[in-house]
Amino acid sequence: MSFELVIVGGGPAGLSAAAHAEELGLSYVLLEGTSALANTIQRYQKGKHVMAEPAVVPLRSDLAFAAGTREAVLDTWQQGIDSRSVNIRYDAEVTAITGTRPAFDIALADGEHLQAQHVILSIGLQGNPRKLGVPGEDDTFVQYTLDDPDEYKGERIVVVGAGDAAIENAVALARNNSVVIVNRRDEFARVKEGNLNLISRAIEDGTISCFYNSNVASVEPGAAINLNTETGETRVECNRIIARIGAIPPRRFVESCGIEFPNDDPTTLPELSNQYESNVPGLYVIGALGGYPLIKQAMNQGYEVVEFIKGNDILPADHSILEGKFRHLPFDRDVDGTLALIRERISLFADINGLVLRELVLASELLTPKRGDIIFRKNDYTNTFLTIIEGSVEIDTDNGAPIRLEQGQFFGEMSLLSGRRRSATVRAGDNCVLLESPRRDIVKLMNTYEAVRTIIDRFFIIRTLRASLAPDAAQEELEAVAANAELRHFTAGEVLFNEGDAADGLHLIRSGSVSVSRRIGGRDIVTSYVAAGNYVGEMGLVGQKTRSATVRATVATQSVFLSAAVFNQMLERNAGLRERVQTTVKERLSENLRMEAAPEAGDLISFLMQQGLGEATDVLLIDESLCIGCDNCEKACAETHGGTSRLDRAAGPSYAQVHVPTSCRHCEDPHCMKDCPPDAIRRAPNGEVYIQDSCIGCGNCERNCPYGVIQMAGKKEDAPGLLSWLLTGSGAAPGERQPVDANSAEKKAVKCDMCKDLSGGPACVRACPTGAALRMSPAEFVNLTKRAS
Amino acid sequence: MHESLLAFRNRRYLWVALLLVGACIAAYWYDDPQEPANGGTVLGYALGGLGALMIVWLAWFGVRKRRYASTLGTVQGWLSAHVYLGLALVVVVLLHAGFQFGMNLHTFAFVLMLLVILSGLFGVFVYLKYPQRMSENRGGAPRSELVDQLEDIDRRSLRVANNLGAEFAEFVTSGVQRTQLGATLWQRLRGHDTSQILVRRGGETKIVSNRQQETALDWLAEQQSMAGDADTAAAIGELSALIRNKRRLLRQLGEDLKLQAVLEIWLYVHVPLTAALLVALAAHIVTVFLYW
Repeated sequence: MSFELVIVGGGPAGLSAAAHAEELGLSYVLLEGTSALANTIQRYQKGKHVMAEPAVVPLRSDLAFAAGTREAVLDTWQQGIDSRSVNIRYDAEVTAITGTRPAFDIALADGEHLQAQHVILSIGLQGNPRKLGVPGEDDTFVQYTLDDPDEYKGERIVVVGAGDAAIENAVALARNNSVVIVNRRDEFARVKEGNLNLISRAIEDGTISCFYNSNVASVEPGAAINLNTETGETRVECNRIIARIGAIPPRRFVESCGIEFPNDDPTTLPELSNQYESNVPGLYVIGALGGYPLIKQAMNQGYEVVEFIKGNDILPADHSILEGKFRHLPFDRDVDGTLALIRERISLFADINGLVLRELVLASELLTPKRGDIIFRKNDYTNTFLTIIEGSVEIDTDNGAPIRLEQGQFFGEMSLLSGRRRSATVRAGDNCVLLESPRRDIVKLMNTYEAVRTIIDRFFIIRTLRASLAPDAAQEELEAVAANAELRHFTAGEVLFNEGDAADGLHLIRSGSVSVSRRIGGRDIVTSYVAAGNYVGEMGLVGQKTRSATVRATVATQSVFLSAAVFNQMLERNAGLRERVQTTVKERLSENLRMEAAPEAGDLISFLMQQGLGEATDVLLIDESLCIGCDNCEKACAETHGGTSRLDRAAGPSYAQVHVPTSCRHCEDPHCMKDCPPDAIRRAPNGEVYIQDSCIGCGNCERNCPYGVIQMAGKKEDAPGLLSWLLTGSGAAPGERQPVDANSAEKKAVKCDMCKDLSGGPACVRACPTGAALRMSPAEFVNLTKRAS
Repeated sequence: MHESLLAFRNRRYLWVALLLVGACIAAYWYDDPQEPANGGTVLGYALGGLGALMIVWLAWFGVRKRRYASTLGTVQGWLSAHVYLGLALVVVVLLHAGFQFGMNLHTFAFVLMLLVILSGLFGVFVYLKYPQRMSENRGGAPRSELVDQLEDIDRRSLRVANNLGAEFAEFVTSGVQRTQLGATLWQRLRGHDTSQILVRRGGETKIVSNRQQETALDWLAEQQSMAGDADTAAAIGELSALIRNKRRLLRQLGEDLKLQAVLEIWLYVHVPLTAALLVALAAHIVTVFLYW
């Protein structure tokens, strides 16, 4: 069969494209690999609230879409495609796409071949579930998803897999069923700790039985599963099989179609034209695979790409937004003209794809500050990246003359890369036009374009050298040093160098932090904590030739490594450098002496570092010798934040009467910010990491936070008046407000925002009657040890 | 940082309280009324008014503590002032009364006030002493972790007991089911372990006390001595070791519950007595003006 257009993948993007193809009267077919539309959304939990971000972008599709429950959203789409008689083929798995415009050949799993002039790939990023790979794998007896574990009762169910999904399904099913889990290894590795505890306990108790080192040999639909176990083949009778053995990432398939990826990074997306066309003419990529993970954007692209294929050069839905952004600029150019100007003037962006640049500008702000306006202040916690489109800026320095940056240059990369406070104040010069881009988008850009990363890295090194070692060095000299510097990565706990090693160079800590320890009396004693922006290893270079201490990364850390030879060259050329380094050495030595005299203080620092506080910027600690356990801190948190406390006082470990409760420590490089589809997690200038209302409740941040301080919470009932509660007892007590609707799935992520919107500072600390609650930065931990010593 | 509520800001409110008390004593000293010093002199009314205001302000702490968005000082500062000014109140009121007492409503209100202050003093004592004890008792682990450990020991004991046969399974299961700490407030305050266990002797079953797991350990020791083979003896030994661990955890938890209960119990005296005091104070003021 031959079509003008074949659409592969029936998610939001593909459905919207098909609906518009129907509207425009194209000959087309939508191929969906599973038996229902929008597979990824089908796999959401029952009743999950689907949000419609970003709110500023209008919906442009023949199908309707608004925020609502999973069921309502899916129903709307189903009705939309039914009422339009959209030509959709279910269970049509595509195995290969070959050719180019206008002669594509699409091979299906059942052996059929389709011909098409154009192909749209809208297959998302989730990939197809990995199948059992044995006869019977496609029978309804085997399922690859589990909607609602409470749907089954009194059955014998075999769960295949050893990942988080398999464990969660098995444990949930075991409430009402007899469950067998099949693990092809001898342990449950690489799963969340909570799930590991759940499954270990269930197996120990006998509520779930487990076959380790076992593979599926065959399936007898409706009857049993046969396993290859260590002791031979075993037949397990069961009512159903649930296989949760992961998904096949779509990349290999996409590459097999001829689409190129810019590099091997697993998060990289294919490069596309302004019209979503890949390097294969006539093969278009839209939706999450094209870099647009939000439903509304994906649906808009489905509509637009069909228009492009028809030859209509319509303006993208975001055109008016860009027009608004550009209105106050002094350039007198249209949207495309302004974008071209930005590319032309900023060499960093010269080689990036047009769609990517457009997306970057869309996410960015265009600033036109007056001469002398402050762009950001030293010690602000902002982490945006700024490029100068026109005019100039001046960077304050400690010793007099400011540094001037001109059109085409960039700044702000120090905080961007290290996650730390701004290292200097920057002021606008004459006729200044700046592009201020969010960290997230620049990091994405650096991951996609090696050249962008290289340039930003080099400037980072040069500017760090200038700031911390050689303010007066010539630019050429620093560039030569930067060329010889090496970027090193360390995982948490990894050693940068050991006491007694030969001193081979100096580490400038670029992100993360390290602890310095010395071996005294057969024991490692932590003597100091060094944060990003400082250097370690200088002692072995100016004095003795071996390392005097062991330096270990407290969290994932990056350092710029300067070899001894390079460093010594710098020492010779820069008169003041030796003196500066010697001052640091002297300070460190006296600090060492103090800490060595009180080894228990070092133990306390070690304990705090083990709690991951090396990457904290501001953490809540509780002095247990003062804490009466009244939980007024939690109540204060709940009552100032809509009824849900963001801290759990009692949870968490203690050492030497210092308790680390479960509460946000506002990491330097927040894990929660790494994968937020609507970019709702932000960092305020004072360092507070907070979540905006645009949260879509996807739960990524909750999963990404290693410290368990983010929770998904629904709306709580209103608080009663305090006096009426005190006098009559009517309404909920402080901290005990109940959810408005216990069944509602509309939950958003909530976390500590350090009460940034309250005058007076964090309510938890101000509400503590005994002064036990303290907030501090890691640099102040030493004060705790003064008391402990 | 790390200031106790008494040490708050270099004992700022101690000095405020001392100054207040000093001023009142000086006024009392220099005052030369027509009649013997009492609540009816000019100074008496002034001190009475001051005392009444202080009582209302002290009671207002309950409100301020829950005004979480308030920026009027910190709760710690308020509590520090609450303690020192609450103590100063005794002197203010004694001077107000001119040290006159009787079997009447006025003295009743004074006694109530003293009881409130005494219970408050007890509160200060436990707030200063108990947190450290609790922390040391728990050895750095949160209570929930101790409970988790206890559940874990129970699970492991049941598994070992199941392998040892029905008699052991029944015995250990009953011990797990009847483990009880702090069932009533009184028991919690005493730190009593009221655990029980079901013992079978000659076909008869009896539920007996298993305080500190003693019955369980005795029975297991007896069984171990009679064990027929080395494997059984070893399994019983393992069970004993688990139960000894459980005993240690129960002691820790019992102590934790006890300390927590004492930290909270005094408020159940302090707050209702404060309410009673406010009523008595109102009655005192009304009657004084009625009989004027």
